Amino acid sequence: MMGMSRKSLDGPNSAATAQGQTEASRNLYRKGAGFMRMSRNSPGLLNLMYVPVLLLFSLFIYYPFIQGIRVSFTNWDGFNANYSWIGLDNYVRMLHDKNIGTVIRNTLIYGVGSTFFQNAIGLMYALLLNQSIRTRGLTRTIVYLPAIVSPLIMGYIWYFFFQFRGGALNDIVLLFAEKPINLLANPDANVWIIMAVNTFQFVGVAMIIFLAGLQSISKDYYEASSIDGAGPVSKFLNVTLPLLAPSITINIVLNLIGGLKLFDVIIALTKGGPGYASQSLSTLMYKTYFGAQDAGYAAALGNLMFLMIAIISVAALLFLRRKEIQS
Amino acid sequence: MKTKKGITYAVSIAITLLHILPFYLLLTTSLKPITDLSSKWRLPTKIDWSNFTNAWEGADLGRAFINNFVITAFSLLIVILLGSCAAYPLSRFQTKLNKSVYTVIIATLIVPPLTILVPLYQFYIDINGMNTYWGVILLHVTFSLPMAIFLYSGFIGTIPRELDEAAMIDGLSRFRLFFTIILPLLKPITATVLIMTGIHVWNDYQFSVFFLQKVDMRTITVALASFFGPNTNRINWVAAGSLLAALPATLLYLFMQRWFISGLASGAVKG
Repeated sequence: MMGMSRKSLDGPNSAATAQGQTEASRNLYRKGAGFMRMSRNSPGLLNLMYVPVLLLFSLFIYYPFIQGIRVSFTNWDGFNANYSWIGLDNYVRMLHDKNIGTVIRNTLIYGVGSTFFQNAIGLMYALLLNQSIRTRGLTRTIVYLPAIVSPLIMGYIWYFFFQFRGGALNDIVLLFAEKPINLLANPDANVWIIMAVNTFQFVGVAMIIFLAGLQSISKDYYEASSIDGAGPVSKFLNVTLPLLAPSITINIVLNLIGGLKLFDVIIALTKGGPGYASQSLSTLMYKTYFGAQDAGYAAALGNLMFLMIAIISVAALLFLRRKEIQS
Repeated sequence: MKTKKGITYAVSIAITLLHILPFYLLLTTSLKPITDLSSKWRLPTKIDWSNFTNAWEGADLGRAFINNFVITAFSLLIVILLGSCAAYPLSRFQTKLNKSVYTVIIATLIVPPLTILVPLYQFYIDINGMNTYWGVILLHVTFSLPMAIFLYSGFIGTIPRELDEAAMIDGLSRFRLFFTIILPLLKPITATVLIMTGIHVWNDYQFSVFFLQKVDMRTITVALASFFGPNTNRINWVAAGSLLAALPATLLYLFMQRWFISGLASGAVKG
């Protein structure tokens, strides 16, 4: 993701004017430099190739996005043709909603919590499995396997583990205690369980990205630091970590977006309950729209969710990029 | 040195066991008859397939598999065609206009479809897109395109421009040369796009649950979710259904592992 935009900083057709090209070919490109000049081979005409994509985006992303802002200023119920403009009322209502604090906290736990653990554990796995041991192929395969399964189904599988009656966890608990535990109904535990299930499912993706990053680090750096007398810890801090910076950036940004919009796993494990205890912005919006038929407020919640994801992920991206350049 | 190696092996095996655990429980649960109340940790004494037939019929998984297949196949076809075409001018001619278009396309990666659910839903009612294949396919296509275009542009950037020039000197138009020369070279990255998008579309729940509500339009995840509700006491059935639903992608992954992983890694490291 990062390299692409960096490449684009080189300026238009930078590679085309690179040395080693024939005069004829250079002219071909010069001819096509202007957008309006529509000869048979002009890049301007070629731009038609992305028009369908922009059409789809306008219809299914930009238009609804603008409509969503409009709807959030109304008291529309989602069905009736009659509704009235209520200005910022939906947003004011959000401030007074006694559940919104819990919901935002949960959304942050799902987003930031999973990001932290996926990166920390993913990096440890990658370091371990970058060593030459015979079981590493098998372990990599199995760690990545859950990422192939639908998050909804992964949620159900863990439901079998945590469920109150006959759950696999309680089979163990009952060996030591008298009573089974109902963690999924426990508001202090279930949010963390959902976060952990999301981490479990996608830690393999982080691991693969880290492994690819590790393998792109030249051995020379390690040899050089060995000559300087660096130990394993100092090698990790001064060679591995800085050179892994691009992988860290990708992982953090991808995991943040993935965790902040978490939906399927919550539906499978708790449906956001009990009450609002494990609700995230995404499930609350779903409930408000289809359950309470409160489209105006649901649209406002959607906009809040968009803002939150956009601000957090872009801020993280910019911050990490700056770090990357420094190191 | 030897003990260090020993610890590494032990940890590696422990991690493997930890991550295979949920699949093991899924397997034991789905193979035991519903009357067998023994612990999920125990292997079944006798293999019982009744859960699978019950889940298959109860959740109408046959129909759901067909729906999944149609939706995934057409989504992939369109994503690959539109994605590779769009990436060509964006990667080859980085004019000011095209750079902005590229940025706008990639920026939509951070718009989760759920945030625009309310207006999108209304829009779909207006255009009669609810409960249709084309409706959900176009949604999948739209939201998969940013990643596909990102991967294709990166890959096209690595194909030497001299190739285009040689073809043009031979008299091919840029359109012809894209379809006859560039497109065939995109096979490796197309495999990556196929796998990433394919898994995503096949596993989807969010779009399907909102936009495919009619019973005979249900996809696998939606069929399972509506099967789960009334059958929380018959967890063995749900387990069997989940296993059936997860099987195709899992088998594909186990046999074509290298493609899954190298694609992911190449996409990431280039970035």
